[in-house]
Amino acid sequence: MTQVSLARDNYVLDLAQARRGYALNRLLGSLMDPANRQRFGRDEAAYCADYGLSEQQRRAVVERDWAELLELGASVFYAFKLTMVDRTSMQHLSAAFTGMSPVEFAAVMAAGGRNFG
Amino acid sequence: MASVSWGLATSHVPPIGAAMDNHKTADPYWKPLFDGYGPARKWMAGHQPDVAVIVYNDHANFVGLDMVPAFAIGAADSYAIADEGRGRRPVPDVAGAPELSEHLIRELIDDGFDITTCSKLDVDHGLTVPLSVYCPDPGDAWPCAVVPVLVNVIQYPQPTAARCFALGKALGKAIRSYPRDIKVAVFGTGGMSHQLAGARAGLINPRFDRMFLDAIERDPASLAALSREEYIAQAGTEGIELIMWLVMRGALSDALVRVHETYHVPASNTAAGLALFEDLGG
Repeated sequence: MTQVSLARDNYVLDLAQARRGYALNRLLGSLMDPANRQRFGRDEAAYCADYGLSEQQRRAVVERDWAELLELGASVFYAFKLTMVDRTSMQHLSAAFTGMSPVEFAAVMAAGGRNFG
Repeated sequence: MASVSWGLATSHVPPIGAAMDNHKTADPYWKPLFDGYGPARKWMAGHQPDVAVIVYNDHANFVGLDMVPAFAIGAADSYAIADEGRGRRPVPDVAGAPELSEHLIRELIDDGFDITTCSKLDVDHGLTVPLSVYCPDPGDAWPCAVVPVLVNVIQYPQPTAARCFALGKALGKAIRSYPRDIKVAVFGTGGMSHQLAGARAGLINPRFDRMFLDAIERDPASLAALSREEYIAQAGTEGIELIMWLVMRGALSDALVRVHETYHVPASNTAAGLALFEDLGG
């Protein structure tokens, strides 16, 4: 059963986050290479092990638990590389943090976005 | 001597480039944005610079997290287009202006800005989308050479807005001291308000963006005084890219004329803004 974590308001890639997420961001960045995407697609868990991810990080990658990925050190620009494997988009990723579906989120953006005052 | 002819501030969102690459600029979703660019593009086509100094940030495509320079300048003969994971944009490689790069780096370092230098730099959408905003149909080659200026806006702590503004002033002075009779345009890219992750993903703040569009011309010092935390709170975690507009504004004199501006929501997750200034002070 996939467990989806609730997002905090803001995530910033500070140095503690960069340290926590070093292996994770390195893995995500590697997915820019088509050959790596293929290898990842054949066995995601094994690919995560090759990059030295923690068990929590592996789960978050494999289950696409985006908020948890950011909690565990991912930068949103690296997390975005995983949407290339899934052939989705940044809007799909952003929507996941809000509890909206990608279609709902796109409609909210088209109507002027989310104004927090 | 070289002169600063104009300054362009523009968002650099990837889907703006993709809309051009995929011939979708007349679609109802994109038409208002590209209509808004029209007058600026027409003016810029009549005022072509020899070199564009483009202030931008990399988005996990070339720079990586092993070393994160606060400010870096390209010093290469040319810059390849980065493959961001979906194949490279179908636009020409970017010709450098290495002699101007060398001059700017030396002048800036002598002025107290310890610039990182890049002899190889694959440029991502942060640089190529603004080039496409300037020149939508480059054919086989862009109409000007480019000096890329990278600012770290991804990893905290970023340079302050005040430091970006000061860098811009030093950059303008350095351009004007280049002993060749060339025209230079300066691009400040990124923004406007947007946030890609977290519970506030989708944030758009038109009140802040409108204030910023006005103040970048008339009161840039007030924008330089804003803290990192204020940029994040008002413009979103990725809206802090707006500090790069201050580098462009700093490079212009105060004898400037606003040629055109446009503001449109949305370009994907982002409020897209453009402001074009002619620098009458050279």
